[in-house]
Amino acid sequence: MQLISLTPYDLATAALLVLLLAFFSWRLRIGIEQSLLVAAVRTVIQLSLLGLVLQHIFNQTSLALIGIMTLIMLTVAGYEVMARQSHRFKGWWSMGIGTSSMFLSSFSITLLCLLTIIQVEPWYTPQYLIPLLGMMLGNTMNGIAIALNTLTRMASEQKGAIEAQLMLGHSWQEAILPLRREALKSGLIPIINSMTTAGIVSLPGMMTGQILAGSAPGEAARYQILIMFLIAAGTGLGSLTAVWLGSAHLFDDRERLRIDRLS
Amino acid sequence: MLAIHNLSTQCLNQVSFDVQAGECVCIHGKSGSGKTLLLRAIADLDQNTGEIHLNGQSRAHFTPVDWRKQVTYLPAESHWWQDEVGSHFTSDSIDYSALALPEDIHQWQVSRLSTGEKQRLSLLRALDHQPKVLLMDETTANLDDENALRVEQHIKNKLEQGLTVIWVSHNQAQRQRMADTSWQIDQGKLIRES
Repeated sequence: MQLISLTPYDLATAALLVLLLAFFSWRLRIGIEQSLLVAAVRTVIQLSLLGLVLQHIFNQTSLALIGIMTLIMLTVAGYEVMARQSHRFKGWWSMGIGTSSMFLSSFSITLLCLLTIIQVEPWYTPQYLIPLLGMMLGNTMNGIAIALNTLTRMASEQKGAIEAQLMLGHSWQEAILPLRREALKSGLIPIINSMTTAGIVSLPGMMTGQILAGSAPGEAARYQILIMFLIAAGTGLGSLTAVWLGSAHLFDDRERLRIDRLS
Repeated sequence: MLAIHNLSTQCLNQVSFDVQAGECVCIHGKSGSGKTLLLRAIADLDQNTGEIHLNGQSRAHFTPVDWRKQVTYLPAESHWWQDEVGSHFTSDSIDYSALALPEDIHQWQVSRLSTGEKQRLSLLRALDHQPKVLLMDETTANLDDENALRVEQHIKNKLEQGLTVIWVSHNQAQRQRMADTSWQIDQGKLIRES
């Protein structure tokens, strides 16, 4: 099977649908047309650029260049996590928590996958590393952003109940435990849901892409299963790290609740 | 017994005083004068500087958990983190009737409680782990006279057993009934009353 090339006209047809949606949003005063259009334009620019950059990177295997590319991806993901918080931590923590937990989870799991599962030579072969890492970062970013948002929102809402426990001589770990649980659950539910319906309701994006590009469906399914598991592990590990770091930073050395560390 | 020396926060200015075991100190002052912040600082719930000693031992030597078990702050508004009343208590032998609460109230849902019931229950909850010092913040504000007197009697019994109380109260008659020592707080400073 030959991959059918997409022309700019094909993309313009799809873009019309987005414009139509924006038009409805404007007519019905939903007020989301501006962010929708900005996001759509960003998608075009970013993905086209990525196509160009990847073309260049795939033609060589310079570890330094690939390293820079991954760091840029991580930084942008860290910024996104911060931008999605309604009560964000003040100072470096706002970006630091998301970035460090994504680094820990996405990078280590991608590395593990490249070294022990796919076993590509060399392990930093960009055709494997960049898409894998991108998929990991994209998904852990969502999980971490949701989990952190749940944690900080609940901490602000339940300040009184948390402090009531501290006043009675409960430790900060006891007082924050229900919030940690809720935050982790909220971060993990999306990936659990998508694993539950994968293949029955939804055909995941990567598998669809592989099939469209001419891979055998069985091969595509195996890659998709691998990716799903890695995403679940990465999201779990990342959310766990972020929630633990975040909840510890909500208290100080005298176990006082420090809501003032949130903006 | 409780010795407070140069306790300062953003709103408190070098507050110092001593309280003896079994003593009841009453504090009053205008809204925003720092009464609640003083009690919270003693319980180490807000950032503060200064020295506090409990029976000669510095607060710095206590873990925060141990300190708050012995020096317990009882806020004006009570908060609950479980559905059932009884889950908030550690001991099973709470004498609910002392504050005219029904004996089966530990099985009640918190959502069913009135403000006054919550306030009385939160007092019992704070006394549940037998603190040495109780920091009371307008504890009878939402109670009718009869129940307010019951709370006072309950505290009097505890004072006789050696509990130390610092009580922030707007109610002058209540202060006269309860106080061994009375202080006024004004712009973060304590002024002793005769």
